[in-house]
Amino acid sequence: MEQFKDRNVKDGYMFMEMESIPVEPWDKFKQVVRRTFKGELFVGLWVVFREMCRFDIHTTQYPLEKLPISPRYRAIHALQRHMDSGENRCIGCGLCEKICPANCIKIDTKIDENSRKEVGEYTINFGRCIFCGYCAEVCPELAIVHTDDYENASEQRAHYGAVDDLLTPMDIFKMGKQKEFMGFGAINDNADSNIKKTPTSY
Amino acid sequence: MNENAMIIETIIKAVTILAVFSALAGFTTYIERKILAFMQRRLGPMHVGPAGVLQIAADGIKLFTKEDFIPQNAVKPIFKIAPVITAATAFIALAAVPILPEFILPFTDYVVRPIVADINVGILFVLGAMSVGMYGPLLAGMSQSNKWGLLGAARTVIQLLSFEVVTGLSLIAPLMMIGSLSLIDINNYQTGGLSDWLIWSQPVAFILFLIAGFAETNRTPFDLLEHEAEIVSGYATEYSGMRWGLFFIGEYANLFTVSFLVSIIFLGGFNPLWFIPGGIMILLKISFFIFLFLWVRAAWPHVRPDQLMWFCWKVLMPVAVINILITGIVLI
Repeated sequence: MEQFKDRNVKDGYMFMEMESIPVEPWDKFKQVVRRTFKGELFVGLWVVFREMCRFDIHTTQYPLEKLPISPRYRAIHALQRHMDSGENRCIGCGLCEKICPANCIKIDTKIDENSRKEVGEYTINFGRCIFCGYCAEVCPELAIVHTDDYENASEQRAHYGAVDDLLTPMDIFKMGKQKEFMGFGAINDNADSNIKKTPTSY
Repeated sequence: MNENAMIIETIIKAVTILAVFSALAGFTTYIERKILAFMQRRLGPMHVGPAGVLQIAADGIKLFTKEDFIPQNAVKPIFKIAPVITAATAFIALAAVPILPEFILPFTDYVVRPIVADINVGILFVLGAMSVGMYGPLLAGMSQSNKWGLLGAARTVIQLLSFEVVTGLSLIAPLMMIGSLSLIDINNYQTGGLSDWLIWSQPVAFILFLIAGFAETNRTPFDLLEHEAEIVSGYATEYSGMRWGLFFIGEYANLFTVSFLVSIIFLGGFNPLWFIPGGIMILLKISFFIFLFLWVRAAWPHVRPDQLMWFCWKVLMPVAVINILITGIVLI
């Protein structure tokens, strides 16, 4: 490893051969003539013309077409429901509140009549949230997750931050369309095709 | 033909040219955005109308309804008049340019000559009117009390003044061969088909005039006066709405004027070629030169102002003078 860390100029280094800068007027003149008749400008013209004829357009017409996003993508949060009971998965442990580096999560819990911990209000201040994803990572119940819903425009950020907004709507849950967050370490659908061969030793 | 008929005909011609070239200026912006996009593998405007054709309408509505803003410290009358000068001179220059060959009005025997004023010093008039257009950017930049505007105006003046020398000198050689300053005479000099085109006998003058044309219309290799990275938007920095739109229309009208000049002087103008009638020929040539302007904009970077001056005075002007000398010797 040591040999890679040594940045000093050694024998193995090669210096680029640079064109010497002309000093004499005659040399300057020769440089101008050489550059003028080299035809580099026409290479530029040809390249853009070729691209126009090929018509290989790379535009994604956004509202009509959307690029696939990674399963690790961290867009606006959601609270998940239990698969069997349909209740909020959150147990009010407060780990997400604790780990949040932006201090934007606030949980109100209380002891209910059966002496069980009940989550009252769960809010995220999206004005402060930095979408680091620690809350989703630390959650032991997979309750607070990130969705892939990145098109969130509203009059107020608060429209996304309360329990009612975060919790999966009941009708979507009943249709079985509650999506789990693949999260950290998740791979893309096309991950296999992206693998390239790399040498195993250097 | 009596006097009244001539006045009416001239007014109709002038209004037609004004309307057609204003509309063409708008449409050229659409073509420009599309072609630049295709050359950069983009799609360009797509949302307004089929393939974005109505983008011009959207832009027009925006320009017309935008607030007409005048900065507090600006010299108001000059600030207001400057864009008008640019647009007006651009269209005045078009007055002496023959747009199409003579044609007979359908269903009548009335011969229309599609030129507003056939004056015998046509080319001189066109170049003169185009150089008066320099006052537009100059006054705009000096009146708006904005340093970017002032720098843009200064650059405009050095660029246009310098390249007018090249334009004039490069044109002297072909004019010596033709012996007339009228654009109609210049066109008629090249009636004998492809081999009569002046580009074959005056290739150097053609290239010089084309390069100077790029500089005079402020197109890309020489668009220093609106160099966004350096001087924001040059002389147009403080302009908005329709006043800015007038600068824009003027610039595109100049683009068409230069295309017409190059086509008429060097490429046989509106003479018919083989089976192609003259009217189609001139449209083809104009289209090619407009495309060339856009093509070059997509491909080439800007030059620095000092490089521009160096190029003008130390390369183009000597070459133009030598070209005149050689032409003179050959003619004698």
